[in-house]
Amino acid sequence: MGEVKKHDTPLMDELKSGPWPSFVDDIYSYAEKHKKQAGFDIMGQMELSYKNKETHWKHGGIVGVFGYGGGVIGRYSDQQEKFPAIWAFHTVRVNQPAAKWYHSSALRKLCDLWDHRGSGIMNLHGSTGDIILLGTVTEQLEYIFYDLTHQLNMDLGGSGSNLRTPECCMGMSRCEWSCIDTQDMIHEFTNQFQDELHRPAFPYKFKIKISGCPNDCVAAIARSDFSIIGTWRDDIRIDQEAVRAYVGGELKPNAGAHSDRDWGPFDIKKEVIDLCPTKCMHWDEGQKKLYINNAECNRCMHCINVMPEALRPGLDTGATILMGAKAPILEGAQLSTVIIPFIKTEPPYDNIKNLIYKVWDYWMENGKNRERLGETIQRIGLNRFIVDVLGLKPLPQHVREPRSNPYIFWKEEEVEGGWTRDVAEFRKRHPA
Amino acid sequence: MENRITDIGPPHYWQFLPPVIQRNYGKWKSHEIIQPGVIKYKAESGEVVYAVRCGTPRLETTDYVREICEIADKYCDGYVRWTTRNNVEFHVTDEEKLRALLEDLKSRKHPGGSYKYPVGGTGASVTNIVHTQGWIHCHTPAIDASGVVKAIMDEIFDYFGSHKLPAQVRMALACCLNMCGAVHCSDIAVVGIHRKPPLVEDERLEKVCEIPLVIASCPLGAIKPATAEVGGEKKKTVRVNVDRCMFCGNCYTMCPAMPISDGQGDGIAIVVGGKVSNRISPPKFSKVVIPYIPNEPPRWPTTVKWIKKILETYSKHANKYERVGDWIERIGWERFFELTEIPFTWHLIDDYRLAYDTYRTSVHFKFTSHVETVTEIEY
Ligand code: HEM
Ligand code: HEM
Ligand code: HEM
Ligand code: SF4
Ligand code: SF4
Ligand code: SF4
Ligand code: SF4
Repeated sequence: MGEVKKHDTPLMDELKSGPWPSFVDDIYSYAEKHKKQAGFDIMGQMELSYKNKETHWKHGGIVGVFGYGGGVIGRYSDQQEKFPAIWAFHTVRVNQPAAKWYHSSALRKLCDLWDHRGSGIMNLHGSTGDIILLGTVTEQLEYIFYDLTHQLNMDLGGSGSNLRTPECCMGMSRCEWSCIDTQDMIHEFTNQFQDELHRPAFPYKFKIKISGCPNDCVAAIARSDFSIIGTWRDDIRIDQEAVRAYVGGELKPNAGAHSDRDWGPFDIKKEVIDLCPTKCMHWDEGQKKLYINNAECNRCMHCINVMPEALRPGLDTGATILMGAKAPILEGAQLSTVIIPFIKTEPPYDNIKNLIYKVWDYWMENGKNRERLGETIQRIGLNRFIVDVLGLKPLPQHVREPRSNPYIFWKEEEVEGGWTRDVAEFRKRHPA
Repeated sequence: MENRITDIGPPHYWQFLPPVIQRNYGKWKSHEIIQPGVIKYKAESGEVVYAVRCGTPRLETTDYVREICEIADKYCDGYVRWTTRNNVEFHVTDEEKLRALLEDLKSRKHPGGSYKYPVGGTGASVTNIVHTQGWIHCHTPAIDASGVVKAIMDEIFDYFGSHKLPAQVRMALACCLNMCGAVHCSDIAVVGIHRKPPLVEDERLEKVCEIPLVIASCPLGAIKPATAEVGGEKKKTVRVNVDRCMFCGNCYTMCPAMPISDGQGDGIAIVVGGKVSNRISPPKFSKVVIPYIPNEPPRWPTTVKWIKKILETYSKHANKYERVGDWIERIGWERFFELTEIPFTWHLIDDYRLAYDTYRTSVHFKFTSHVETVTEIEY
């Protein structure tokens, strides 16, 4: 093999300085150590983009492994003469373990695989959650897949018009607020829906994300078509002793999140009682006791976040299911909408799986090409989606407020006598 | 290939949980951030685990990951975790190990001097910027991703490793309107935008694109079928009604013969005030406050300047626990523009569909410096 060739990259080199970890330094160190031309060529092409302020990747390109429709994204350079080592630079999406826990023994194997069969450059992680391996050629794809499945016990994630890799917050593995077992649910769903994940059959992408509580650390409500958020129905658990310790200043509010600024002594009235959005809390100064009118609480998590030693979610736990979030393309951004205010989550979660299948059946039949679920719901109307499609009862929890226009689409069967009328009869009463 | 196996799914997470996590799974009682970047968790059993959170660049090499493995082996029996915002977390159970780990992390630097594993990103801080691919890998970006993030994080680094803000500030970057980076619900976010209509390659279009799909892809109905003469030959192609185009790039996604990127036209929009958490107020979308800043590689100084200005104005004026969007709603958007000195331009008044939602339909507003007394209107 010939000498590796380093390109002149004055603009990229500017990104080596400064305290935040430099990906440029990392890629150069790697390329030099391993004599990897791809590392130098990618920096060379980036430099050209920095100069021209335009990308130098060609449009798309379908590649993949046998029998799968997704998981690999084709990429080709439009400067193949100048940067031959990255003439093709496909992305492989690898399905991450739930909540992204690893052991170094598994990660090292992945690194070895990627040194051997790819550029050595990756993302931990892509925005959807997958491990992203950046930069390989079509001929390597089957080998990568073989090594992944046989040696690492890992599989590809989703891309294209299919189920995207499901993702969850850290849930019960470390968070005391998790009302549901997010990791178990994600693992169960990911395995149940392998076919939908790997073989595109949908109008467009479909994302499932699960957060253990309304803090929503994986942004399920904002970025998944099917959002599951853990919640509780009974009373917030209170340790009055600990509440007094916050009031007395022995415990730091919000778990110490404001430690580098003097905000003055903790004031339970100002920082908790008055900020409660439903004004359902009361601190009795005489009794030194906190009261919560739990029936009025909308479970926003604020008081629990401020006093984690004193307050905890209740014990009658389950999840709220929301649907339809998406980014602006095409019809404008949408957040997920409440569909089921409360559902119990017991393994193997058949109730939720059945709901997902029901939604898919309808959407596959009725969704237009490249129409996200949220857009389909908009098109047919949330009321029809809830009542006609899912067969659920309409509830005030489904809306922030009822409609303000009376342009109601009545159905014929709802109107006494139906819609067929006799003009002659009408004219008998109302001569023209 | 022989013995090919498929659809095995991801490895089971349980095998990757440190023993202390396995023992206390679902039985955690409370937590405390003992210093920026270090969270101490207590279980009902009385057991304790410290999680140390470090920023990473997301775009990284196997050597960088191997070094993480080496640290994990040395202090954490090999266990390690990533967060949704591309931070890496190490877990230890005793304080002595914790101190040694923190010292060790601080000492690891790249040749150019940047920290490899800066500790922070907890509590009232700016945590790692969720971002997309940009010029390193994607075919539709208007801007780079990793480079812009590096430039921003260098400038506001101090806010990553400290708890000085009124609440956490979640930042995100997406290099085009596809928004793989979910910027529409972030406290402060950067979006790459195009500003020139797509080019139409008449001689190639009918070969590489399905014309009905291209026409349907435009949310504005700006594309219509056409025939063009190329070298004496009639070719099926399309025409773009440029007055209707809002530069979303959706047509390029469907059709490679309609490239939209342009070095002069492309740039950055800044959106602010969104959030995902249900804490106190409902989740909300971010709003555009700066419609365009030119692309300025390698360090995007104008973008960085405005982000810092917004962050610091917020930090100075907001109440404790108040997220950026809640602060702005309390003081009013007109006051936000006054305090940050961001010029208000006609592009900030929505003219997309359903725009009416954003018009002011009450006389509840404040007299900020923007308002001039109108005594006479010229016709
Ligand atoms: C779906 C459409 C509409 C609904 C449901 C609606 C509803 C109402 C209601 C409930 C009130 C009474 C408010 C009160 O008691 O304080 C009201 C008042 C009023 N509405 Fe509407 N309205 C609609 C459309 C319009 C339109 C299109 C106009 C004018 C172009 C209009 C002009 C007014 C005016 C002038 C009042 C009287 C305000 C007052 O004197 O206090 N409304 N409307
Ligand atoms: C749901 C539909 C509508 C409702 C409920 C509605 C209701 C009203 C009401 C309550 C008023 C005020 C009367 C008052 O001041 O005492 C009003 C005035 C008026 N509406 Fe409507 N309206 C509707 C639709 C429309 C439409 C579609 C138009 C025109 C395209 C229209 C044009 C007007 C005009 C020109 C006035 C007079 C305003 C004025 O006095 O200066 N309305 N309407
Ligand atoms: C309100 C709507 C949306 C929000 C707030 C949102 C937000 C986000 C966020 C925050 C992430 C990654 C965050 C993380 O890594 O933790 C993400 C990922 C992603 N989003 Fe969105 N998103 C929305 C809708 C959409 C839509 C409509 C699209 C596409 C048309 C989209 C495309 C993507 C993709 C492709 C990813 C993952 C990229 C990857 O795998 O690297 N998102 N989104
Ligand atoms: S979403 Fe709730 S349960 Fe999940 S990690 Fe965040 S705070 Fe914990
Ligand atoms: S969770 Fe929110 S709504 Fe419920 S009591 Fe606490 S602050 Fe109030
Ligand atoms: S945001 Fe746009 S340019 Fe950036 S990675 Fe996603 S599709 Fe590509
Ligand atoms: S860029 Fe968007 S608005 Fe413009 S023609 Fe293409 S699809 Fe239509």
